[in-house]
Amino acid sequence: MALTDTDLKRLARLARLRLEESEITGLQGQFAGILGLIDQLQAVDTRGIEPLSHALDLGLRLREDLVTETDQRARFQSVAPQVEEGLYLVPKVIE
Amino acid sequence: MDWEVVIGLETHAQLATHSKIFSGAATAFGAAPNVQACAVDLALPGVLPVLNRSAVDCAIRFGLATGAAIASRSIFARKNYFYPDLPKGYQISQFEIPVVSGGTMSIELEGKVKQVRLTRAHLEEDAGKSLHEDFHGLSGIDLNRAGTPLLEIVSEPDLRSATEAVAYARALHRLVTWIGICDGNMQEGSFRCDANVSVRPRGQSELGTRCEIKNLNSFRFLEKAIEYEIRRQIELIEAGGVVVQETRLYDPDRDETRSMRSKEDAQDYRYFPDPDLLPLHIDAAWIGEVQARMPELPDAMQQRFIEQFGLSLYDAGVLTASRSMASYFLELLPYAANDAKLCANWVSGELSAALHREGLEIQDSRVSPRQLGGLLKRIQDGTISGKMGKELFDILWREGGEADALIEARGLQQISDVSSLEGIVESLMAEYPAQVAEYRAGKEKVFGFFVGRAMKASGGRANPEQLNAVLKQRLKAE
Repeated sequence: MALTDTDLKRLARLARLRLEESEITGLQGQFAGILGLIDQLQAVDTRGIEPLSHALDLGLRLREDLVTETDQRARFQSVAPQVEEGLYLVPKVIE
Repeated sequence: MDWEVVIGLETHAQLATHSKIFSGAATAFGAAPNVQACAVDLALPGVLPVLNRSAVDCAIRFGLATGAAIASRSIFARKNYFYPDLPKGYQISQFEIPVVSGGTMSIELEGKVKQVRLTRAHLEEDAGKSLHEDFHGLSGIDLNRAGTPLLEIVSEPDLRSATEAVAYARALHRLVTWIGICDGNMQEGSFRCDANVSVRPRGQSELGTRCEIKNLNSFRFLEKAIEYEIRRQIELIEAGGVVVQETRLYDPDRDETRSMRSKEDAQDYRYFPDPDLLPLHIDAAWIGEVQARMPELPDAMQQRFIEQFGLSLYDAGVLTASRSMASYFLELLPYAANDAKLCANWVSGELSAALHREGLEIQDSRVSPRQLGGLLKRIQDGTISGKMGKELFDILWREGGEADALIEARGLQQISDVSSLEGIVESLMAEYPAQVAEYRAGKEKVFGFFVGRAMKASGGRANPEQLNAVLKQRLKAE
């Protein structure tokens, strides 16, 4: 299965990747290779097989509902590019 | 054209846990920005989520309370999208196998009960908060809410009007607060609804194109937003237009919904099982243990109040509006010789009005069940009239104290002895001979005039029945 330019741009947008026009042709080839592998997987007869959600055959470990974390804001924010009044500042986004 | 409205709700209930769903950070509301956001909530490299047992407990409670199926094995999935208040770039949610499936909610409309089917309820984490006020053209991010546990409860499209949708949301709110899994505080965002609304010609079986209205955090906005959206869709179709599937936002200031994003720009969330989290196993023993701790549910208690105490559906509904309301009523009953109707009237009347006036919840009532009970006892034995009771209630509310002591100190007892009443009546008759003559000439309306005057003369304390009897007898006599 081949991907169109539009498909590829949409995927890039979903993954928040900037794509130069010059990269598109090369990526189309690489994607075709990946999708070929998936086609191979899709061809396997999986009737009667329960879908696998995790590679480990174990159950989830749970924790008790206790507050165990202390305020580490100053340390976390020491590596943030920009903070103010305790908030992390980011480029403005409004939907 | 006769249109049928079809509505389904998705409700996010914030679960009442102390710590977050996948980390040990606190969930308390109102903390300074980011002091309750730990390394896991911030998605720092190398951290792993560990599920909070209490959050699962809440989901089981909800499943049991709605007669739903609780999955013995459910899966956490990643819902992928980019937004600055979602540090991981994905929200941990459940997709293919949710913890709770099916179930029903009863709603009540004009005395009729309707069953609303639930699709599912799944566990997920909340995102942080973006503040778009001016930070030099930047947005401020507070991640205290990131990782707060939510139960997303999805209804089938079984609701047929804005009124039904609100009744369902209220019933759900009552249930989640009743079973203690959510504090229900809508101002703080602990309980918020998204509404899927569509219309179709009555009789048509396929659904119309729906629009989703996001983030309705009050019952009033829920109702108004749906009403607006129904009008908008019908007017659009009748004018020859087509409804486009999209997400809309309600603007309460202008009372309208506005397009937020259309289906073409709709996110593709690329769900997949989260490799950081193994399947969640819930065994029968765990469910049994939760079942053993369940309180009597509101619908069951409402039904019991109707059967056991002979209350109306409405009264029983008011008394089971919250668990604290029901406990107040049950505590009050024995003080008033188990006169359920009298207790119901006072709780839903004077007490509720006073609470409402001061914006208090019943657990913060200034008049305790014991105090109110003391008052009701004196109405029952005729010491005070219902009207005096209301005055006494106001005094109890404002100043506190005990009914008996206040009746004594302020002379609120009814005047029931015949000779005192006769004295009042006779002096009135002497004062108004013309009216006496009119009454005796057959003008019975004048009777009310005497009742009013006598009540006034007694300072409102005359026992109404006794007074009527005395008046009738005296006025009749030549």
